[in-house]
Amino acid sequence: MNRIDYLFQTKKERILSIYVTAGFPNLEDTLPMMEAIQAAGADIIEIGLPYSDPIADGPTIQESNTIALENGMSIKKLFSQLLGFRAKIHLPVVLMGYLNPIIQYGVENFCKKCKELGIDGLILPDLPMSHYLEEYKELFERYGLFNIFLISPQTSEKRIREVDEHSNGFIYMVSSHAITGAKAEISPEQEQYFERVAAMNLSNPRLIGFGISDAATFQLASRYSQGAIIGSAFIKSIKNSNDSNADINAFIQGVIG
Amino acid sequence: MMIQVDEKGFYGNFGGAYIPEMLYPNVEELRENWEAIVASPTYQEEFQSLLKDFVGRPTPLYFAARLSESFGAKIYLKREDLCHTGAHKVNNTVGQIILAKKLGKKRIIAETGAGQHGVATATVCALMGMDCTIYMGELDIKRQRPNVERMRILGAKVVPAISGSKTLKDATNEAMRAWIADPVGTHYIIGSVVGPHPYPEMVARFQSVISEEIKWQLKAKEGRENPDLVIACVGGGSNAAGAFYHYYNESKVRLIAVEAAGHGIHSGKSAATSVLGTPGILHGSKTLLMQTEDGQVVEPHSISAGLDYPGIGPVHAHLHEIGRAEFVGVEDEDAMKAGILLSRTEGIIPAIETAHAIHALNQIEFNANDLIVINLSGRGDKDLETYIHWGNY
Repeated sequence: MNRIDYLFQTKKERILSIYVTAGFPNLEDTLPMMEAIQAAGADIIEIGLPYSDPIADGPTIQESNTIALENGMSIKKLFSQLLGFRAKIHLPVVLMGYLNPIIQYGVENFCKKCKELGIDGLILPDLPMSHYLEEYKELFERYGLFNIFLISPQTSEKRIREVDEHSNGFIYMVSSHAITGAKAEISPEQEQYFERVAAMNLSNPRLIGFGISDAATFQLASRYSQGAIIGSAFIKSIKNSNDSNADINAFIQGVIG
Repeated sequence: MMIQVDEKGFYGNFGGAYIPEMLYPNVEELRENWEAIVASPTYQEEFQSLLKDFVGRPTPLYFAARLSESFGAKIYLKREDLCHTGAHKVNNTVGQIILAKKLGKKRIIAETGAGQHGVATATVCALMGMDCTIYMGELDIKRQRPNVERMRILGAKVVPAISGSKTLKDATNEAMRAWIADPVGTHYIIGSVVGPHPYPEMVARFQSVISEEIKWQLKAKEGRENPDLVIACVGGGSNAAGAFYHYYNESKVRLIAVEAAGHGIHSGKSAATSVLGTPGILHGSKTLLMQTEDGQVVEPHSISAGLDYPGIGPVHAHLHEIGRAEFVGVEDEDAMKAGILLSRTEGIIPAIETAHAIHALNQIEFNANDLIVINLSGRGDKDLETYIHWGNY
């Protein structure tokens, strides 16, 4: 069974996914970060593949992408860092990135390598459903990779149902009209949207992301879904850290309490 | 072979709409509605009237006698430089602002490189009384000060893009992020034949007035609608798409797309995407793209800010792939010389983008007395600093 499905079957609430950019803040930090995130009590690790033009991301993650690329990070490099990581990491691991670097790597080779290494799923914001269904679904499924779809407050009920039909693992609920890291609070309109989607009785679990940064917002997101994804706030907490293990532990414990 | 976009937004292997889900409702709204709105009589009435009285269309098709003589061909210049705001860009912004109004949008955003599209957008926003924000690379803001001030005089807010290389592609990223952040009331006026479907075709359609006019103007002057060659410069490719549009399927008309070869195509400082690019995805469409082998987008170089884009519109990638258009790379130095040549033979100081198209006459083969139309996409006022800095005149 895919580790993501196993997680959602065994844990029904307050699931925390932590996003970290590969090769940030230093090139060789990827695996140590993953170990620290796991040790601190998170449930899913989302590794960002840095890209020169991350259009769905806000300033914090953009900057981490730029630094990671300057450090020399690439898909090839990441895969070499991840060789044998399953000896240390048992959490589900999802790669988040943009389509172009994956196309240049070769989509089938990429999928194959993900399976060999033990990657569970992909979040590709610029791969919309129609292109996924026509060009990628078969490949992803052949290599056991879950494709995680996003929905936003603008997504119609009809389309949310379609997303639910084609999703596996979980649905990534973008909390607001925003890029990552844009807002620190959750507004009443956002809560209405969370409620509306919660009431749809979708077949897939949902995690809420964008604007989740601390215990309060995590708590709120968990009230309407199975949990949340934190990226920018986590990146900020490790950016200038002198003791990343301690800071990661403090951050994650601070969120899940 | 017919050149046309399919229902999924592809020209052959290029195009599509690779956009985040957050933009899906906006792009879908546009895709579903734009053609019907543009075809409606009320739209057409307003559009045609503005093209005539505000933009100053039709623009002349001018026989360049001295230039013709020096090249041994019959050369006509399509005078888009005489459009209001100084370039063809305004054809598209007029088209899109009326569309935005009909879609009930209150706010306009746009990206700009050299500032021409930004000025053309700020202009139509002022005309319609709409709120306007222009994203522009921080580096370009410093390089193109007069256009920044023109936008501000027109009431637009100019926001610096401070990420990445701080130029056009980053301004486009910022505009897309701004659209994600305010999807309901905002329309994004993309300035070239790039971006997710339906933008490339929509922008090309608004620019196609260029070749539509060339056809009847040439008929009146030469007794034939079709020239032997049409030459236009290509950054993203909006003026070329407009000049080629009604000739795509006239196979005897040679289409010459002129790219910026910067310091030399293989110098590492160039924007010759057709040679250096490989298929990839940028700003929502699959096209030819200058990138590293890891798929990171490379920053191009051209002396003209308007050609300084790491991709080309998907229709041009297709024209290149099937060999329908001939691609020529013109270097910085040669473009500058061609700018001076046109200034002195015809009394027209061209935009440096356009000067690339003029110089292509030296790099392609044609027959004596061939009928050639060059799309004179913009005037050189905005480039005075660059001409002065170059100084070789």
